[in-house]
Amino acid sequence: MTFGKKFNTANLVLVFSILVLVIVVAVPVILIFITAFFENGKFNLAGVMKVLSDPDTYQALLNSVIIATGTTLLSTTIGTFFAWLVARTDLPFKKTMKALFLVPFMLPSFIGALAWKVLLSSRAGYINKLLMAMFGLENAPIDIMSLGGIIAIESMYLFPFVFLQVAGALERMDPTLEESARISGAGLGTITRRITLPLVMPSILAGALLVALYSLSHFGVPSILGTEKGIYNIPTKIYERIYASGGSFGAIRVGTILSMILVIAAALILKLQDVLLKKGQYQIIAGKSMRPMVLKLRGLKVPLLIISIIYICITVVLPTVTIFLVGGLKTYGLTFELKNMTWNNYLKIFQWKMTKDAIWNSIYLSLGAAFVTMLAGTMISYVIVKMKVRGKFLLQFLGVLPFSLPGTVIALGVILTWSGKFGVNLYNTPWIIFVAYIARYMAFSIKSNSASLSQVSDSLEEASRACGATHWQSLKNIVIPLIKPGMISAFFLIFLPALRELTTSVLLYGPTTRTIGVAIYALNEDGETVRAAALASIALIIIFVGETIIRKFLARLDQPRAKVQE
Amino acid sequence: MADLQLSGVSKSYGTRKVLDSLDLTIKSGECFTLLGPSGSGKTVILRLIAGFETPDEGTVSIGGTVVADAKRALPPEERRIGVVFQDYAVWPHKTVFENIAYPLEIAKTSKEKISENVKKAIDQVGLKGLANRYPYQLSGGQQQRVALARALVTTPTVMLLDEPLTNLDANLREEMRFEIKELQRKTGTTIFYVTHDQEVALAISDRLAVMDESGRIRQTGTPDEVYEHPVDEFVHQFLGIPNYIPFEIRDGAAHISAGQDDATDLPITEAPPAAFRGSSGKAACRPMDIQMERGTEGAGMLPAKVLRLSLLGPIVDYLLEVGRIQLRAQMQTEEALARGMIIEEGCECGIRFTDLRWFDAKGEAVR
Repeated sequence: MTFGKKFNTANLVLVFSILVLVIVVAVPVILIFITAFFENGKFNLAGVMKVLSDPDTYQALLNSVIIATGTTLLSTTIGTFFAWLVARTDLPFKKTMKALFLVPFMLPSFIGALAWKVLLSSRAGYINKLLMAMFGLENAPIDIMSLGGIIAIESMYLFPFVFLQVAGALERMDPTLEESARISGAGLGTITRRITLPLVMPSILAGALLVALYSLSHFGVPSILGTEKGIYNIPTKIYERIYASGGSFGAIRVGTILSMILVIAAALILKLQDVLLKKGQYQIIAGKSMRPMVLKLRGLKVPLLIISIIYICITVVLPTVTIFLVGGLKTYGLTFELKNMTWNNYLKIFQWKMTKDAIWNSIYLSLGAAFVTMLAGTMISYVIVKMKVRGKFLLQFLGVLPFSLPGTVIALGVILTWSGKFGVNLYNTPWIIFVAYIARYMAFSIKSNSASLSQVSDSLEEASRACGATHWQSLKNIVIPLIKPGMISAFFLIFLPALRELTTSVLLYGPTTRTIGVAIYALNEDGETVRAAALASIALIIIFVGETIIRKFLARLDQPRAKVQE
Repeated sequence: MADLQLSGVSKSYGTRKVLDSLDLTIKSGECFTLLGPSGSGKTVILRLIAGFETPDEGTVSIGGTVVADAKRALPPEERRIGVVFQDYAVWPHKTVFENIAYPLEIAKTSKEKISENVKKAIDQVGLKGLANRYPYQLSGGQQQRVALARALVTTPTVMLLDEPLTNLDANLREEMRFEIKELQRKTGTTIFYVTHDQEVALAISDRLAVMDESGRIRQTGTPDEVYEHPVDEFVHQFLGIPNYIPFEIRDGAAHISAGQDDATDLPITEAPPAAFRGSSGKAACRPMDIQMERGTEGAGMLPAKVLRLSLLGPIVDYLLEVGRIQLRAQMQTEEALARGMIIEEGCECGIRFTDLRWFDAKGEAVR
């Protein structure tokens, strides 16, 4: 009689999952806590308070709050307005417009910020110069390198979060809710105020919170528009302290304390969002697609369409064109005339070691991290969704924890864990960025894989066991082929953002391990605006081509298995 | 061929004890049905035999070999059994052929042998010409046949079927149930069939066991035995529409009595069996066991009032009031028409019981 061995596939998967999450997620987080609150082995709250009340860090905290509040208000207003326009009016070309409003997602916000700096900086901004010449002004009318500028630019690239949430809710809302109000004699104004708005409020707030979460821990835009003028938020302050001190432990400790603020704020925001979304689901009939009541714009139709198009031109087309043009200038500051342009900058990007390395590093680091994270995420999701083991709630918690951890915090945790403390020193090697990416994107992979795994009924796997297949064979032959679309989409959900990652990489790079984001940032810092723009242009091309191919590919995967018919 | 045996098996989920030292033996080559209401733990028993669950106590053996006890369990893939699931569990990414071929591929059978055996299995379940279809191109009944063929293709000695017909429509259900029986006759496989549908259970089983909500087996026997001689009220009630006639023994004879203040005098002609002890109990019969007449006179006739009459196609269903109790009676429609028994609601008629079972005050059968 051959009884099952104690150590089988299931246990192997379980042990591996726990190991990955503990090493990649739990240890860094715990180390951040310990470093922040303990000094020389003793609990030290006074030290924490001292750091927080230091005027320098206090100002950064204050700026973070101001930027996050401003950005949230502005992008919620813009997002809700355009969502309503697309979902509930007879605006022409609605489908195209809806797709266009999502394009700002594709444009990395720090590249957008770079373009706006070129256009609107008080010193040499092209638009400022133009305005000054036109109206004979002595001073630049607009200074984008200010708190207001940071808020405006962040809002430009973050409003799609609100737009998506609200447009979705408006489209899914049961039209009978409004129709019955209309039958009861309510006018359109009353219906909007008393029925529609309260019903989509949870979605508006959920989108707003997502913007707040993102903005609070956002590095790119404030670093490009703020640092030069001494405007810091928490992530840029952490970077500045660590960079200025050459990575000293004291600076890292300040960083961890500031990080705790970010972590706590993020946790609160996510909790609040969870509550709101649950409430929203109760009120709106989900999933069903219905024909909502549409407002006739009449005379406003064309003006509103023009406003929408102008908005998209300003936020997407203008910055993109600017980046490409600046990238082609012989010297920064020249006018955009043909005689001042050259292809050389673009060619040099592929010859110059720093930029060549950066492109190569970004590509293989994102590919590698996406692959490993996809596989590990699949295993962890399998344990969470399919296995009956005690303590899996811990896996669940650890798996989605990085979702609430800002990139800066993950970078600090990774530095604390992998700088020789446990006998492994990855500092200044690409591996430290690799590990950080895995930690940062694990939650994406687990979310995507859990969703597809929970659609695979347990009996499909059991049927395979009953047919004589071992656990491992059943995974290989049945489960994995069935969840492949989920795995592939997890891969791309990681690969694409990792390719343009800046926040985490900027704290972890070494002399030879710059990524695309870091290289653009560093070139801009060094005043090499033309080179920065040229590299940014190439990055935009890579991102755009990548997104397009992937969208096509995913669309094909989503189709039912009809094609196998032939 | 293999016996299946569970002895002293207990199983709990959290604090809920689903099975409490349960014993069950299924003989080699028989078609055995486990019949019980939903939530009675019958699927748990099937999963214990299949190896998807392990017992907390007791042993599970197949063909005289212990495959699971409280400490160790043989994994499902080493038990050589076929399983058909309630939701079919047909793999959506494999064609009909690939689904059925899978167990053979796992067993490393040669290509020629696989295609030969799969063809045979496809013919057996009547899926000829559909080998290259994907499950989403099949109806529910066809998917169920794929699942059946997949379980049969390795000619397992034991087949476990978990409510395989529940998701089918009535006609298909009837057809499939004969097919399963037919296949079992041909292959001689031991079948363990789990269902809550007493019709299927009575139709296909060599033997069956009736389980109650608490996971206890109330009675095991052939369909005849269980249907004709239920051991208690629960089994009687579970196998068809029940009629219960509460009675009291007065002057050595049974009288219908709905309670203490029931002053009607309605003696039951049939006497309780000699083994009956006690002063009251319940007599029981099926609707077909009530004979009806137009008149109320005649030996052993009891007066009854027709409360409701419904024509259900081939049969007529009556709701009757006798004294203070209500009974269901049924008659073939043709017979009812011929004998003028389409009685207006509210009218009187006479009834006689033809086949009574007797239960004591505790609900246990007395024979």
